[in-house]
This record gives sequence, C-alpha cells and structure tokens, in this order.
Amino acid sequence: MSETRSGGLVGWIDDRFPMSKMWREHLSEYYAPKNFNFWYYFGSLALLALVIQIISGIFLTMNYIPSEDRAFESVEYIMRDVEWGWLIRYIHTTGASAFFVVVYLHMFRALMYGSYQKPRELLWIFGCLIFVLLMAEAFMGYMLPWGQMSYWGGQVIISLFGAIPFLGPDLALWIRGDYVVSEVTLGRFFALHVAAVPLVIILLVVAHILALHEVGSNNPDGIDIKKNKDANGVPKDGIPFHPYYSVKDLVGVGVFFLFFSVVLFYVPDFFGLFIEAPNFEKANPLVTPDHIAPVWYFAAFYAILRAVPDTFGGVLLMGLAVLILFVLPWLDRGRVRSIRYRGFSFKVALGLFAVGFILLTYLGTQPATAMNVIMSRIGSVIYFGYFIFLFVYTAFGLERTKPLPERVTS
Amino acid sequence: MKKLLLVLTLVLTPALGWSAAPGGDMMDPNVNPHDKASLQRGAQLFANYCMACHEASMIRYNRIAQDLGIDEDLVERYLIFKPDTLVQETMTNAMSEEDAERWFGVAAPDLSLTARRHGPGYIYTFLNSFYVDEDAATGYDNTVISGTAMPHALESLQGRQQGVFEEQDGEEVLVGFEVEEGTGTMSESEYQAATQDLTNFLDYVAEPVKAERQRLGVWVLLFFAVFTVLAYFLKKEYWKDVH
Repeated sequence: MSETRSGGLVGWIDDRFPMSKMWREHLSEYYAPKNFNFWYYFGSLALLALVIQIISGIFLTMNYIPSEDRAFESVEYIMRDVEWGWLIRYIHTTGASAFFVVVYLHMFRALMYGSYQKPRELLWIFGCLIFVLLMAEAFMGYMLPWGQMSYWGGQVIISLFGAIPFLGPDLALWIRGDYVVSEVTLGRFFALHVAAVPLVIILLVVAHILALHEVGSNNPDGIDIKKNKDANGVPKDGIPFHPYYSVKDLVGVGVFFLFFSVVLFYVPDFFGLFIEAPNFEKANPLVTPDHIAPVWYFAAFYAILRAVPDTFGGVLLMGLAVLILFVLPWLDRGRVRSIRYRGFSFKVALGLFAVGFILLTYLGTQPATAMNVIMSRIGSVIYFGYFIFLFVYTAFGLERTKPLPERVTS
Repeated sequence: MKKLLLVLTLVLTPALGWSAAPGGDMMDPNVNPHDKASLQRGAQLFANYCMACHEASMIRYNRIAQDLGIDEDLVERYLIFKPDTLVQETMTNAMSEEDAERWFGVAAPDLSLTARRHGPGYIYTFLNSFYVDEDAATGYDNTVISGTAMPHALESLQGRQQGVFEEQDGEEVLVGFEVEEGTGTMSESEYQAATQDLTNFLDYVAEPVKAERQRLGVWVLLFFAVFTVLAYFLKKEYWKDVH
C-alpha cells in the first residue's frame, strides 16, 4: 500500500527484515475471495494439525526410548508416570488421525472446486508431495510404540518393496537395515520420523502457501476474482485474509477442538481405529497376528493393493493410485473449475469417487475374504475410473457446462 | 449448516459401523473407572487370587493407593505380599518364568494391558466360563480360551461349575453352565459381582488415567464451547461490512 516506514522498533526491524512487508503480503493485504464456504476451513486446520503434531511430538521425544527392549515400555511409562504424559500422547495419536481427516477433506475440496486447475498446478503438486510425505511420516510413527501391529504392519509394508523385480530384495534390506524389522529399523524410523520428514513437510507447507499466495485462492464458484478489480487494484470480490478469514478460521478451530476433545477424552482409541487393540501387546517377531490391518487412513490404498492377485502388480497399482493425483491437473481438460457449473456426469462421477474411496477404506481394515477382494476390485475400478472418465469427458468435449457468473455468488 | 451436519455425519458414520475393537459374544462387565469401591474390591481380589501367578508390572502400588483412595499403610498391609516390596514399586510377583513354565507349561501373562488388548468383556467372560473337565490337567477347561493352562483360581469362590451339554445334530454341544450347590463360598450373583470388580480393576490397571481424563474432558469441552461461541460472534462482528 504505502511506502511510509513506521518508526520505533518495527521501523528498525523493517529496515533490516521485511517484517511488515510479509505481514501485508500474506495476511493483511492478501485478498481472498469472500465466498469461502465450509470446505475452506480445512486448509488452516491442516496447518493447525501440523503444529499440534510437532509440539506434542517434541514432548513425546523427551521420554520415548527407541530401543527394542524399552520402546513399548517407554510408551506406557509416558502414559502412566510422566506428568501429563497421557494427555500429550493422546494428543499425538488423535492428532495423527485428525490430520488425515482434515487433509482428505481439504483434498476433496480441491476436486470439487477444481482448485488444481491452471494456474494452480504447482500448488496442487506441492500438496500431493505433502500428502505422500505425511503418509511416510505416519507409517514410521506408527512403528515407534513397538506393539504387535507396529511391528507386523512395518514388516508387511517394507516387504512390499521386496516385490519389485531385481532391485526389490536389496531395496527392502536397505530400508530395514536388517533381515527382519528390528531395533536397527526402529532407530532409523525414529530419526526420520522426528527430524528428517517433518523438516521436509514444513518446507513443503511453506512452498504450498507461497504458491497459493502467488496465484491467489480459488473459491466455490471457481472464477477468477482478479479479473474484477477496483481503482486501487483490489479485487472487488476479495477481502483481506486478516482480519476476515483469521477470525472466521478461529470458529473452525473451535469446532475442530470440540471434536478433537470428544475423541481425546472419551474415545481415544476411537473404537480401535485410531489406536488398534493388538498394539497393546509388545512386538513379538515370533508370533504373527491373525489379521494385520493398516490404520484407517492407509486402508483405501491397502485395499487397492490387495485387489490385485500378484504382489508386484498390487504394489504398482497402489503406487499408481497415489501418483495419478500428481497429473490430475493435466487429466482434467475442463474449462470450468467448480462443480457448481460443471456437467451432470462430473457430479455423479465425483460422488461415486467419494463413495468408492470410503468403501475401499472400509475394506482395507477388514480381512481379505473372497467377497471383500471382489468389492476391493470394484472400488479400485471406481477409483481409477474417475480419472479416466475425467480425461475422456473433458478432452473430447463431452461436458455440457453451465454459464459462469461474472462475480462470486454468496 | 445443514450441509455441514450432513458432511460430519457422512464422515463419522462409517467409523461407528466398523469398529476394529475386540468383542464378539462377550458378557458386558459394565466397567466404571469412577466406582472406587468396586476398584478397591477388585484390587483386593487381584492381589489375593491372581498375583500368585500373574503380574501387573506396569502399575505402581502407590499409584493405586492414590487413584483408589486407599491409605498407603493399608496397601502395604493388604495388597503387598511379596517380601521387601516398597509401595512405590510395581505389582510384580515372586514366581519365576521358569517355574511357571515347569508348572503350567507357559508363563502366566502380565495383565497390565490385557483389558486394552482384548477388551474388559473378554476378561469378565473368561472368569465366568470355567467348567469342570476331568481330562484337563487343572481339572478345568474354559470356553473363552479352550484348553487353557490356567487353573480355576476362583474355584473356592464360585464353586465347581459344570458344563451343560445338549445333543445337537448328533454332537454334544455346550449350551450353558451350572454350579454344584454348596461348593463355593459365593452365590451366583455374588460371584458375578466379584468378577465384575476384578475386571473393573484390570480395566483401570490397563489405563489408570481413564477416570481422570473423563473428568477433565467435561471442562475442556466447556472451554472450547465457550471459545467457539465467542469466536462466532467475533466473526459476525468483523463480517458485518462484507456483502
């Protein structure tokens, strides 16, 4: 806005560091569309979840011991003998699942309103990278309590790398650092979980936000608010992020913490979905559990893996299920972003996709019975079918869109 | 708002349907971490009847004293039987693993986390499902863990429980239990109440902080309810001029 420099401490800092400039660029003069709805809470909530995990994680690290003999006991020590240790640990376990709930809703928002379309491709790719790293982070964190499911879940997932032809066995050995999951594996997973991966996630989150602020936020109408500016160059449909969205997101934060607290204080294991019962038994390399199930947030991808009879084929398909997200901006050739103005078939397809994903998530936590495998195949066809449909539908001009409004609607 | 509710319902409903927690055909022991009298009775039963073989090595005696409202002197007198055990130590026993394996074939499991691993219903049902089996080494079998190496430690309380068999499709099937009159010191309902207390105690041992978190949760929820309402009005005030 103005070039006037303030005096005092702020002025002193501003002469040496772009403090006020950054404040303006990213908060007080970052113009966001005024028509954000319910779905737009999950971006700030994802950031909140990240902060919760980092802070609670720091405190857990103070008392957790990454060793074969003591990891399991040290977690129970935190639960019993460390002052407020139980609270910190439940915050971290609840936070992990909350993070994925929020991120899945955040990603679904992008699918609905076409937030990945030009010019937000790179923003979307940064987001996908965060998602992949988040899965790695959660997977490695899940091994740390060293319960039966920690151990065998880790054993199963790492052995999947072994299914890759030629390279596989050596690769799996390299990841484990041992012939079976052991203290060596635990040590490196601990290091990656508390230092390496979080650092990269934070870096990517910064990149994600910078990219967002460079191109500007999309909105439920999917139209470009920068096309309509007033005399000062401010978008007519834009409002400063701070204070408008900072106070609005505060409401979201409150509601989020209400749900978070209900789970944390009354159902911390969330019916065996957030903390699995077999994990209350210390890891035993000699006894394989009857049913090894991933945590719910990996279950959809696990179901896709099991839908293929051949292990390597399953690994490929599971990898593809994640990788296909990266090219979504180039698969969707549609000119209209928002579901509000897209063709009827798009709405049906996206609805099916959501149902298919929930179905896969359910199946991934269940034993692989013949019926469940068939259902997983149907789910996988729906999952990949969405992307294929979207490409065919938009690239060959089959979509009948509705006219876009000039200005955002409320 | 309606959409919001719809989404939340959609997000949360599947979770309720697919609980991964253990369960099955188990009796419900109605555990209540706030019922200190029941927990105290359970602690006494555990120390007297279970701890000869089992341990709860993750819970300290003085923690029990504090949580259950028992004097530390009383804990030392009535709960600690292993010589030279301090009140701040955990509930361990004197039986070595080698002895256990020699006597029973397997080491008696540590019961610190059993209630969270298998659910309290599993423990409660197990304690009520011993029945006389002359072929078994201990004289008893159990419907929850068939062929269990564990003797019926509470036999003196419950009495001799016989299995009631019925012929179904040419096979003898266990359909119920019947206790031989006058063989135990407790009536059927007294025994059920006692095993309920014991289960309640083991559920407490598996998560000593359960009562505290439930008590605290109310205040945290109240705080965030007020926070959310204030945030909502703050938002409304700021957004007045947005049209």
